[in-house]
Amino acid sequence: MITPLENIIIKTLCRLLIPFIQLFGLYVIVHGHGSPGGGFQGGCILAASFVLVVVAFDLPEAKRRFSEKLNNIFCSLGVFIYAWTGWMCLLLGANFLDYGILNKILPVNPVMARYYGMFSIEVGVGITVMAIMVSLFLDLVTGGKHEEALDE
Amino acid sequence: MSILTVVLNIVVIVLISFGVFFFATGTVGFLRFPDFYSRMQATGKCDTLGVVLSCTGVALYALHDGLSLGNILVSLKIMFIAVFWFLGGPTATHALLNSAFKSGILPWTKDGKAIIEWPPK
Repeated sequence: MITPLENIIIKTLCRLLIPFIQLFGLYVIVHGHGSPGGGFQGGCILAASFVLVVVAFDLPEAKRRFSEKLNNIFCSLGVFIYAWTGWMCLLLGANFLDYGILNKILPVNPVMARYYGMFSIEVGVGITVMAIMVSLFLDLVTGGKHEEALDE
Repeated sequence: MSILTVVLNIVVIVLISFGVFFFATGTVGFLRFPDFYSRMQATGKCDTLGVVLSCTGVALYALHDGLSLGNILVSLKIMFIAVFWFLGGPTATHALLNSAFKSGILPWTKDGKAIIEWPPK
């Protein structure tokens, strides 16, 4: 169980910085196909902002903002987005993750369809990586027993 | 080479030289000081100032080719690094020192006698 750190300097600075960290994480995710970065890196940055919440405040506060249940839903949601982007291509008659064929259901040409396909893959990877990283961190920090650690 | 470019180059060279100087003194302090607290004092202060000065120099140098949108964007991104380091670095040092003190690391003294009592009564 983490002992809460009663420190006004750290709390204030974290409150100031966490939105910017999350904004930067989203920036890294959505610019993943044009510049260095991508879903994995952006997801890790988003998860780091959550870890900062746990370190600067405490565990119940962090769980109030982003509950364990929501986190588990996000774990599956990212995989769902990734897999269904691939399966849509398969259903439309191309190979798995061959995004060009997506122009049959999107109102764009095949090149832009590839762009949006890659984008949705990055978003899916980002969501899953963020949720799994947060889940791993919560496992480590509570010794694997989430709700019991909250009740203490 | 216009006079403006020369002035810009001089400013950049001065800023980055000071930044490197502060990094070097921080490293010397980290290697030579005796205990945790004085080492963190050296690295925390000098690294912050070194990063801010170096980043400002590099951001100015990015404007070297003229004020196009791309150059300004690169320069702005580098200045964001400096600003966030300026906020985050001292706070991280503060957090480290605070938790070191709470976990009972005593400050170093020359004769080895503790200047404060730990744990406090």
